[in-house]
Amino acid sequence: MEGLLSLAVKAIFVENLALSFFLGMCTFIAVSKKISTAIGLGVSVMVVQAITVPANNLILTYLLAPGALSWAGFSDVDLTFLGLISYIGVIAALVQILEMVLDKYFPPLYNALGVFLPLITVNCAILGGSLFMVERDYNFAESVTYGFSSGFGWALAITAMAGVREKLKYSDIPDGLQGLGITFITAGLMAMAFMSFSGVKL
Amino acid sequence: MGLRNFFDRVEPHFERGGKYEKYFPLYEMVESFLYTPKTVTTAAPHARSYIDMKRIMTYVVMATIPCILMGMYNIGFQVNTAIETLGATGWRVWVLETTGIGFNAANPMVNILHGALYFLPIYITTLVAGGIFEVIFATIRRHEVNEGFLVTSMLYALIMPPDAPLWQVALGIIFGVVIGKEVFGGTGKNFLNPALTGRAFLYFAYPQEMSGDTIWTPVDGFSGATSLAIAASDGYQEIVARGTTWMDSFLGFVQGSIGETSTLACFIGLAFLLTTRIANWRMIAGCLGGMIAFSTLLNLIGSDTNPMFAMPWYWHLVVGGYAFGLVFMVTEPVSGSHTNMGRFIYGALIGFMVVMIRVINPAFPEGMMLAILFGNVFAPLIDHFVVQANIRRRARRHV
Repeated sequence: MEGLLSLAVKAIFVENLALSFFLGMCTFIAVSKKISTAIGLGVSVMVVQAITVPANNLILTYLLAPGALSWAGFSDVDLTFLGLISYIGVIAALVQILEMVLDKYFPPLYNALGVFLPLITVNCAILGGSLFMVERDYNFAESVTYGFSSGFGWALAITAMAGVREKLKYSDIPDGLQGLGITFITAGLMAMAFMSFSGVKL
Repeated sequence: MGLRNFFDRVEPHFERGGKYEKYFPLYEMVESFLYTPKTVTTAAPHARSYIDMKRIMTYVVMATIPCILMGMYNIGFQVNTAIETLGATGWRVWVLETTGIGFNAANPMVNILHGALYFLPIYITTLVAGGIFEVIFATIRRHEVNEGFLVTSMLYALIMPPDAPLWQVALGIIFGVVIGKEVFGGTGKNFLNPALTGRAFLYFAYPQEMSGDTIWTPVDGFSGATSLAIAASDGYQEIVARGTTWMDSFLGFVQGSIGETSTLACFIGLAFLLTTRIANWRMIAGCLGGMIAFSTLLNLIGSDTNPMFAMPWYWHLVVGGYAFGLVFMVTEPVSGSHTNMGRFIYGALIGFMVVMIRVINPAFPEGMMLAILFGNVFAPLIDHFVVQANIRRRARRHV
């Protein structure tokens, strides 16, 4: 339990997907103009991340890893080379299924998340989460924790970013830097503040 | 009033259509520094107040005076004490010998003068390098150079190690002024504290010159760790064991950046800022509360491997840059939260973060700088939620 807790803290703060790995930058920068939409997107990422990382973990453990197919009689088959395409496929499929399920059973949530769900399919933070899971050999419980908390960390970062950008509306930014330019500088400065966690060993 | 006449005579040249129209911000800076601006608001509503930005900024600079004096005294004292055993070289020695001031560590004036030889070059470099960029931006962007820079430069100079290479000092303040402030449109429009942005930039770019055991007292061969570094490796009891009492730390006779060592001097500044209502007490209360609560919690939890867990709050208060940051950086109105409830939360977040970084993060012995930057990042968000909560509460009241 303690291990999972420290994994969660690490995924949220120390190895923040957005501000220390700079993953999911496209949506991080494009959808951080308003706090409310940023929260919507953040929650979607959290949900999707919490589903896809464990799902991909199951696929890795029972289909792709060396010897994973021993339950089907192929004990010497190694399908890890199919990893990347499987994870992408799983993410895309899961997001679509999730969208349909939400549309059918939870319309308010579906309306709240709106366009963000399909957008997330191509968010590199999601694929990054799955690839980190593979690289670090997480087991199922760890994948659930990691998926949820890395999504939460990303959500935290984009919400803070949206807060700063709402404040920056009142700034007087030079013409050449308006829009994306200042957003990149802001993201860099925020990453510097997030350096306060770098080096934390848990 | 010869000077006033001079300004009146040259003013047309700087106004729109004049010969030196481009340099109006420069003219405005010098003029408004010497005289109260004569422009007044003509349209209603009028808010009558003697507190304008110039006065606020000047007050903050005045509040740093105890820190400056104490800082110079402490550097001089540390260096003079070290010189007694190690001997010294360099231009400062030459200056002190030719002027006959000498190196008597028991004489406060000698110490202050020696310390000034460390502080002034850093401060002047800061003013010149940062000032040049401030004026360049003001001229091109046609906004006014204001006293905000005086505060930034003073605070920045006070959080430098005494022997910081001057080119790095210049680089840091330029980064702070340009990236931390001017790209957002100047004073009041930034979201991070410019002085801390510059300092953090240097800290990550040149860790050799900005941290370690040898930089705090600039005498060759001298090595003295800051109290926090000692506490991080051997526990806070070890600070006392090495001859630094709590009182020393409170008064400021310890290793550290120029202005940060003396908690007492910072608190004198704090009293001034609170009396003049420039600093907001809510941020102070939040920051103290967060620090005390979290450090006490860690004391109770305890740890066998990490001696910092046991460090009580009254030690956290006096070591490192906590007091300086608390008084001059946390209370900065621009980068902090703007709602009253938000100020408590903002302060508490910083107080929590500083203990978190000091205790749990082995990479950085000191946490105040990064904790405040972290707080700055979340300040707008805190405000947003406070405002939303307020809207919801009022909406419920009038269903």
